Amino acid sequence: MQSTNNDAIQVQDLEKRFGKFVAVNKVTFSVRKGEIFGFLGSNGSGKSTTIRMLCGILTPTSGQGTVAGYDIFRQPEEIKQSIGYMSQKFSLYEDLSPFENIRFYLGIYNVSPTLWAERISWVLDMTQLGDVRDRLTRELPQGWRQRLALGCALLHKPDILFLDEPTSGVDPLTRQHFWDFIRQLASQGITIFVTTHYMDEARHCERIVMINQGSIVAAGSPDEIISQACPDTQNADLNDAFITLMKN
Amino acid sequence: MSFLRIRELVRKEFIQLFRDKRNRPILIMAPLIQILIFGYVVNFDITSIRVALLDHSRTVESRTIIDTFSANRMFQITNVVDDPKAMEELLLRGKVDIGIKIGPDLARKIRRGETAEIQILADGTVSNMTAIRVSYVMTVLERLNRQFLRDIYSVQMTYGRIDARLRTWYNPNLYSRHFFVPGIVAFVVMLISLLFTSMAVIKEKEGGTMEQLIVTPMKPYELIMGKTIPYIIISLIQMVIVTILAVYWFELPIRGSLPLFFLAICLFLISTMGIGLFISTISATQQQAMMTTFFFIQPSFLLSGFVFPIANMPVVVQWLTYLNPFRYILVIIRGIFLKGVGLDVLWPQYTALTILGLAVFTAAVLRFHKRLD
Repeated sequence: MQSTNNDAIQVQDLEKRFGKFVAVNKVTFSVRKGEIFGFLGSNGSGKSTTIRMLCGILTPTSGQGTVAGYDIFRQPEEIKQSIGYMSQKFSLYEDLSPFENIRFYLGIYNVSPTLWAERISWVLDMTQLGDVRDRLTRELPQGWRQRLALGCALLHKPDILFLDEPTSGVDPLTRQHFWDFIRQLASQGITIFVTTHYMDEARHCERIVMINQGSIVAAGSPDEIISQACPDTQNADLNDAFITLMKN
Repeated sequence: MSFLRIRELVRKEFIQLFRDKRNRPILIMAPLIQILIFGYVVNFDITSIRVALLDHSRTVESRTIIDTFSANRMFQITNVVDDPKAMEELLLRGKVDIGIKIGPDLARKIRRGETAEIQILADGTVSNMTAIRVSYVMTVLERLNRQFLRDIYSVQMTYGRIDARLRTWYNPNLYSRHFFVPGIVAFVVMLISLLFTSMAVIKEKEGGTMEQLIVTPMKPYELIMGKTIPYIIISLIQMVIVTILAVYWFELPIRGSLPLFFLAICLFLISTMGIGLFISTISATQQQAMMTTFFFIQPSFLLSGFVFPIANMPVVVQWLTYLNPFRYILVIIRGIFLKGVGLDVLWPQYTALTILGLAVFTAAVLRFHKRLD
């Protein structure tokens, strides 16, 4: 795969073994700056392990790669400073208010206090949580908490945003709002790396990589993947392609 | 190291700690209850011994014995009985602590210059209290013997006497309060630092918030500092409160150096924080952490010399106590408060506490790092 300076993420022959078990088997792909990139795979396919390596949480067994221009082996700390991460499980403090959560993550990301006032109002504005900024997060509806989590992941103005199944358990309307928001972020130049189980959502992605049992089984735009996986089926959709590719 | 990051971690910890109403009773009541219990309730001091009396002699001699006991403020003759069965009944029901039986031939034997027996019956269910009561009885009888000698022979013995002038140092009135209260200071510090440190880390794991923290540039040691500094501060505040209560309310003397005492508590905190962190790495839930904490506190309390002397323990257990930081801090605190000794005497305890603290803390931090990856 061609790698250029326009890539936000590029990995080559990236491998992760846990003892004898090969969780990720020499995957190679790249993500362009500012694109919405879908990373799909069934449970246990090596999806999470790959994300954890890209986020600097797990050290790969072999291979090479860069995230936001930093080496995944040698510069995990720099990578962490340049990425935002939001998991499917709400992982902010429910016994703190949105404001206190935001303030906490500003501190954790070492954002200069001179910028705090501006960032806080920016995030509260963007997530439309200004009215409830001092309520306990626990009391907020799930969609709102999701917005807060996203806001907290953007506080340090990351280059790349990792979204690990961000919309599981969210109603369709909220999901629609969420994706509108994601597209808006991408248009501002933020690279979006997203995993999802919803194939209709995956259509929002410009490019997709599908992974099965640790190996990449398909890569390309949603349309390309459909025609690759189901060349003989009329009106095949991404769902059909996913099922075909995961069966093997 | 980012000062900002640690500051925000500490601030967040305090907000969560005080927002959770369940923490308030532990934070405020635990030290107060501990010191009140050990200051007032737990007490080995004997102020009064209840005596049942059976006198079958009814002579001047037996009268003298009875008068001597009733004149002593320590003894209260609560029952005078005629039937040995009745005395047994009183002991059985716990109405009296000591029974004194004087046989019919007491006066006859004494006057003949023979040895007369008096039977002392003691309720031995609380063994160490009984030992003290019996020794009080013996002291009285000893004095009586000397008195009989003088009265009966009416001679000034030419032989000199040994007069033991007893001076009990460091705790002249032998208040058990002075024995217990200094230890409470350390106990409260241990309880709070162990429990809250382990809970604070587990809470992040249980709530899933640790996952979010791991993807941030925060370093493990910054997290450790963020999790320990708040509870160091709280433990030290508790220490000050308990010490003030001990000194002004329970009139515990401070004969030694307060800075030295403060240093000892800080060294002790390194150990307890280390154990707290360690517990957080072996527990998955807050309940487990709490159970493990109490599982740890119980033996370290018993095997410290807080209540039961280490010298009385089996040798193998005595070796075990060398691994117990609580053991050393107790010797230090009692030494500083009651004896007024300094580093020249206490240096072995300070050294042990330092080595133990550093070893435990390092092991815990290493394990903590490993679990985080």
